Amino acid sequence: MVAADYEKLGLKVGLEVHQQLNTKTKLFCDCRTELFKERPEITFLRRLRPTQSELGQIDPVALFEFQKGVKILYDGNKETSCLVEMDEEPPHDLNREALETALIISLMLGANPLDEIHVMRKTVIDGSNTTGFQRTCCVAFNGGIDIKEKVVPIQHIGLEEDAARKMGAEGDTLRYRIDRLCIPLVEVATSPVIYTPKEAEEVALAIGRILRATGRVKRGLGTIRQDLNISITDGALVEIKGVQELELVSLVVENEVQRQLNLLKIKEELAKRGAKKDEIKDEFVDVTSVFRKTKCKIIHSAVEEGKHVLAVRLPRFGGLLKKELMPNVRLGTEMADRAGHWGRVGGIFHTDELPAYGITVEEIKTLMQTMNAKQDDTVVLAADIFENVVDALKAVNGRAMEALKGIPNETRAAKPDGSTRYSRPRPGATRMYPETDVPPTEIPRPYVERLNKYLPELPEQKMQRFIRDYGLNEKLSKQVLNSEFTQLFEETIERSNISPTIVAVTLTETLKALNRESVEVKNVSDKQFLELFHLVGLGHVVKEAIPDIIAWLSRHKNVKTIEAIEALSLSMLSQKELENIVDSLIEENRKLLLENEKRAFGVIMGLTMKKVRGKAEAGVVSEIVNRRLTLFKKKS
Amino acid sequence: MTEKFPGYKGEALRALKEAGAGIGDKIRVMKDEEIYQGVLIPRSEFGDDRHLVLKLNTGYNVGILVTKDTKIERIGVGAKPAFSTPPLPKQKENLPRVAILSTGGTIASRVDYRTGGVRPALTANDLYSVVPELSEIAFLDARILFSVFSENITVEHWSEAAKSIAKFVKNGVAGVVVAHGTDTMGYTAAALSFALQNLPVPVILVGSQRSADRPSSDAATNLIGAVKAAASAPFAEVAIAMHETVSDDSIIFHRGVKARKCHTSRRDAFKSINVPPLARLKDGKIRMLTRDYQKRDSEKEVIVEPRFNEEVTLIKFHPGMGPVIDWHVENGYKGIILEGTGLGHVSNRYFSAIRKAITKKIIVGITSQCIWGRVNMNVYDTGRDLLEIGVIPLKDMLPETALVKMMWVLGQTKDFTEARKLLSKNIANEFSERTVFGD
Repeated sequence: MVAADYEKLGLKVGLEVHQQLNTKTKLFCDCRTELFKERPEITFLRRLRPTQSELGQIDPVALFEFQKGVKILYDGNKETSCLVEMDEEPPHDLNREALETALIISLMLGANPLDEIHVMRKTVIDGSNTTGFQRTCCVAFNGGIDIKEKVVPIQHIGLEEDAARKMGAEGDTLRYRIDRLCIPLVEVATSPVIYTPKEAEEVALAIGRILRATGRVKRGLGTIRQDLNISITDGALVEIKGVQELELVSLVVENEVQRQLNLLKIKEELAKRGAKKDEIKDEFVDVTSVFRKTKCKIIHSAVEEGKHVLAVRLPRFGGLLKKELMPNVRLGTEMADRAGHWGRVGGIFHTDELPAYGITVEEIKTLMQTMNAKQDDTVVLAADIFENVVDALKAVNGRAMEALKGIPNETRAAKPDGSTRYSRPRPGATRMYPETDVPPTEIPRPYVERLNKYLPELPEQKMQRFIRDYGLNEKLSKQVLNSEFTQLFEETIERSNISPTIVAVTLTETLKALNRESVEVKNVSDKQFLELFHLVGLGHVVKEAIPDIIAWLSRHKNVKTIEAIEALSLSMLSQKELENIVDSLIEENRKLLLENEKRAFGVIMGLTMKKVRGKAEAGVVSEIVNRRLTLFKKKS
Repeated sequence: MTEKFPGYKGEALRALKEAGAGIGDKIRVMKDEEIYQGVLIPRSEFGDDRHLVLKLNTGYNVGILVTKDTKIERIGVGAKPAFSTPPLPKQKENLPRVAILSTGGTIASRVDYRTGGVRPALTANDLYSVVPELSEIAFLDARILFSVFSENITVEHWSEAAKSIAKFVKNGVAGVVVAHGTDTMGYTAAALSFALQNLPVPVILVGSQRSADRPSSDAATNLIGAVKAAASAPFAEVAIAMHETVSDDSIIFHRGVKARKCHTSRRDAFKSINVPPLARLKDGKIRMLTRDYQKRDSEKEVIVEPRFNEEVTLIKFHPGMGPVIDWHVENGYKGIILEGTGLGHVSNRYFSAIRKAITKKIIVGITSQCIWGRVNMNVYDTGRDLLEIGVIPLKDMLPETALVKMMWVLGQTKDFTEARKLLSKNIANEFSERTVFGD
């Protein structure tokens, strides 16, 4: 893909960073801010009913979900949830530790804290909140983040509760885990004045550094999430939620720009072909009979189960559904996402991609005939129970009509590969009303001034200190600050007698390399890292063994680092053990050594290292080999 | 505090008046380097007198401290809330007629996201538009009986409710639903059970434990369950309809005289004490859970006995209790329900006070503060002594039901002997002769 001229395109990006705080308790109750992996101890079923606004309007998405009879099963355990998360008890007071952290972050970003904090209820009806709303509050306004080239304004810093974790969906039942619900999140939102993908990533990294500089945030996958608002001049404002890695930010922006440009091209092409809105009709034809003897497994088993195959004709869309919008996403993919969302069908087929999946040329021919489809039309079909297919094809038609107009306003969800998928229409004006169960909290000026006086060191200062005090080079120092391990790094240096450079390299480059080798580095806890560095510092294990130990720890939960060292037999050999190994090697190679005295050191050193790698420092081995060889020569 | 500026007082009120800004107005507040712009909204009565509350464009409310340097500017007139109801579902004439009487609890409501206000839905139309499913179950007639918090309900309210319900019943409705705050719903249910006898149709009290403005509220599900029971349940008794568990999939019907609120906040706060519940609604079907109930029968004619006497009290005995019994005797009370310990005991220190009360023709009954189980005065000396003094053992009746029953009994008769007899008589299944093992 050719790099786009973002200035010319009028790219505007706004960024919202959500970071979980590492508080002792949750935002509105005293449960621990942890997730659980075991079987749930509590399960309950709920339905969320869209509340009418005073204007008598109901959020159409919410209404649709409700009318479909969506049920939600919530799972929890007693350690991480209480009646508050179950929406069986009113919230307790706003967590002061979380509020203080949010205030510290605000002040570090140069924002002005509010005089009085009012907790609001933001209506969210997808099941991610047991109450049907998310509790959220504004903490400060108007800060800024310096990214060298410019200062990007920070519009707002908020404090809110995290949502429940979606664990899956089956039919009309969604499943959520409430352990994550109510963990404090700080939200930092910039103005939409970011103009390139690279700049977006720099801003995200800079905000991340500030958040971590407080030393009060969580680390690990899912503890920081970015939302992006992206628009280009002729395009639309699209909201992308849940980018989990800072490194993905620029890619997500690039992909979205490409997607919008390609959708604009499709719009032009459709206009050229003379495609019209009223040609797209909700006329669905039952084509089950076409596929009675099909070799397509999916359709075959659907027909066997008595389900229906329905099809719709998209006039003049021929070939456009297979047009790639961004890597792995075609217009057809977008239609399939919609169909899955509104009709709960597993997928759709369209003639642009056929013959394939066992559907034959003959079947397509019959299908096109049945549908009265012309050369430049596309036929889309899906197989499921009647009602679902109708909803699915209606959604396909809806998406097709939007293609005539260009780019739909929608909320998309980020995927781990940097692409995105449809998640829902953009919600209307935010629906908020006061959380009357939590009294407003006054923020007295003197308290703010005290916090301001004792702010944590800013990332730039920290970087200089790392270079000055720990002897890190600039690159390494920066890497540590951009990683989520800044705090762990400092803690290690404080507690262990180990070279800061070794720690820094391990926590950045080594982990990155291990990650690339699919080692689940995130499974290794802070405690295990601390033990590891301590043991290296004590000389109990050599630094070369670090990657192996981390890899082993990632595969074994709830163990001490020393167990890894034992299991891998990586303990350092004692002087005596080394001498014995060297002596026996000398004895075994006696003849060779006597014949060729010049090569003696190289041979014994090589053989010894082969045997003791990871269990002895090369310098120590070399000294012993020298000493024992001299002794051997004397004796002989 | 003034009506025009709800919640505002002191410094904040003065500043607002000076700026000529009222609730709902668009205002701009300048302070230090910040400018805030938004809609002025009412302040909680319990808030201090130094902050203004603005609703910003983003929807967030923020509190701004008013200082000497705060400038307030009115920049626009507040828009009045525009009330409009979505198209109503059609009332179906052929469905059973159900009366819904509200007493003040908010069973359904709307939210004004512009001001953050919550507005109750009380008329039949409101209910239909907020809970459209109702139109498929019954043809509704909704009335506002009174608008009080349930803790402010008195015996007069019980009488009035009983009379109104009787009127609807006599007019041939299929059932009556009474929307009620949950705090004293158990008392009201007991009162109606005694005041409305020989019912041809069910009378269902219904409340909610989560406010109706939130999507997770139990109000709509409970209401649908209540209306369904009023329209078609096979029983014709006063019952309470609430969640059976913390899940939304079943509604349980408790007999009015046997139900108690046992949790401050959970959806399943109400429990049937000492008996199984009357019925359950699950998967759209109502199933009876007992064989011993009054059947729906349109031939029956309701008997209304709506008089209650307030000169009655409920005394919970506890170690170190003061001369509470004497005080009530001296102040002209006519009935005392004791909530004794265990099988039905109070300390022998109060024997003389109780004896004095009974001599003065005050009726004294005893229940147990254990809540579960029945009193038995024959096991220990204390029990036997209390019996001998003339205390009436009230079997497995709930203390609260016993209190309501005493009020009702003394509303029916002033005669000491007759009242004692009536108190012991099983009127609305408030006593059960067997205590069946349950969870």
